[in-house]
Amino acid sequence: MSRNDHMQHTAPGERIWDPTNECMPRQELEMLQLFRLKQTVRRVWENVPCYQAKFRELGLVPEDIRTLADLARLPFTTKEDLRLNYPYGMFAVPLREVVRIHSSSGTTGKPTVVGYSRQDLDNWSELAARFMTAAGVTEDDIVHIAFGYGLFTGAFGLHYGAERIGASVIPMSSGNTDKQLMIMQDYRSSALVCTPSYALTMAERMDKLGIDRSQLSLRVGLFGAEPWSEEMRREIENRLGVIATDNYGLSEVMGPGVAGECQQRCGMHIFEDHFLPEIIDPDSGEVLPPGSVGELVLTSLTKEAFPVIRYRTRDITSLDYAPCACGRTLARMRKTMGRSDDMLIIKGVNVFPTQIEEVLFQVEGCEPHYQLVIDRVGNVDTLEVQVEVRESIFFDEMKKQRAFVEMLEKRLLSTLGVGAKVKLVEPTTITRHEGKAKRVLDKRRL
Amino acid sequence: MKVEQISIFIENKSGRLAEVTRVLGEAGVNIRALSLADTSDFGILRLIVNKTDEAKAVLKSKGFTVNKTDVVAVEVPDRPLGLNSILEILDQGKVNVEYMYAFVERCGENAVIIFRFDNTDEAIQVLTQGGITILKGERIYNM
Ligand SMILES: [Zn+2]
Repeated sequence: MSRNDHMQHTAPGERIWDPTNECMPRQELEMLQLFRLKQTVRRVWENVPCYQAKFRELGLVPEDIRTLADLARLPFTTKEDLRLNYPYGMFAVPLREVVRIHSSSGTTGKPTVVGYSRQDLDNWSELAARFMTAAGVTEDDIVHIAFGYGLFTGAFGLHYGAERIGASVIPMSSGNTDKQLMIMQDYRSSALVCTPSYALTMAERMDKLGIDRSQLSLRVGLFGAEPWSEEMRREIENRLGVIATDNYGLSEVMGPGVAGECQQRCGMHIFEDHFLPEIIDPDSGEVLPPGSVGELVLTSLTKEAFPVIRYRTRDITSLDYAPCACGRTLARMRKTMGRSDDMLIIKGVNVFPTQIEEVLFQVEGCEPHYQLVIDRVGNVDTLEVQVEVRESIFFDEMKKQRAFVEMLEKRLLSTLGVGAKVKLVEPTTITRHEGKAKRVLDKRRL
Repeated sequence: MKVEQISIFIENKSGRLAEVTRVLGEAGVNIRALSLADTSDFGILRLIVNKTDEAKAVLKSKGFTVNKTDVVAVEVPDRPLGLNSILEILDQGKVNVEYMYAFVERCGENAVIIFRFDNTDEAIQVLTQGGITILKGERIYNM
């Protein structure tokens, strides 16, 4: 099939890579999902001892899965399961059929290992082409990939997607910002792929070197691999002169290509013909009704080498099944609000450090240094937000300094729905571990 | 006509003020005037020193947050209502005083008042027209 009969235009400015699968009526999609779910369940039952044990424990056999609602009967898979089966225990095909191995960065202990069959790599390229097309990448683009190539899945996923689209790929990898900027100018890179924080690092370097955004040919940015706020999006767009788009994926499930934003920018379309999403209560594990905020759980539907059943992503989001103006029928997931591991419950309210970071970012105009201290006084939870004072938020007048603290407290209250005391502290007060600040100090558990 | 002042953010815990004076002392910087405004959590220390830029740099290198602002220094004759006449002039000129602090000259009998205005240039004009002598920065730095 040539690219031209593959592509279709719907809403103005909207290009859809695979209209057959991205615009499928929901009923047909559900039939396809059920068929693929049954296949996947059978595959793990026959090939993965960890799932055999889990199914037996629940008294389940593959034949018990008759409708999509039966999904809720299946066991969860956690990062811990992957760790216990390190390195190849979760593979559903013999290594001879595995053509690629990647691994995810484990924050503690051993990383987790994932494998891809030839068909898996083909699907991955196809799905990356879908979200990159949705972001606006075409065969005319020069795609500058500044994710690190290596065990990390990010660079390869977008590399394949861009090649599949027919764009010209610059496999730049990460680091050496000055060289990145030189190549971006000289090779006329039009699409930038990197983490949102690295995009801002580049913008800062451009300011220092006196490079104006008009000297770049950048048009679109595809940012991911870390959570980022709408404020960061606006800042990147202003400073680099790009349309900044968000996409989602995790190496345990495949890598980038699980979901991506369309031109409507009202959530990321999940490629539901390949991944079956659910939203659960992270504490009880109960499935929540559509539209609820909770933890995203994904079941792979087409993966051969490394299928996962109800994988707990730990990412907090919500799903919207309403039709999108772009023409895609696929559900949209909201920008992730944080990790369920990071979720704090203060006075019964769910609070994410990222929400606080967003408020501070708005006020300071740059990446804030802060720490949250949670305590319990009597029976009441207290939240203190310690903010390192830098020159931009430091005044020599006490009146202004106090007004600043009050304004911050007011904004935090309206964003979080729970009161926080702001305490200004001297720079470098907040301890950093290997460059990363410890964001949360929960004294309630001591 | 303006005097440069540095302000330093300090947490309200013991030893921080002493740390500032120690750092400056080791760098050979002399403090001419000092004022501290504080709450239960933090304080804003304002200093006039003999070497402003050096003081700012050395404090920043020690991790302090430091800003530089312009203030106005006025000599007040040591007689009753000396300060009052100045405040009246400012009031009539509708000039806002953000804060002020005073110190006594080492040799003389006169007090020096440091004013921080929201509009420094306008304040200088009002004071000058009112016949008040404004001290030059050098005079304060080298006192
Ligand atoms: Zn859409």
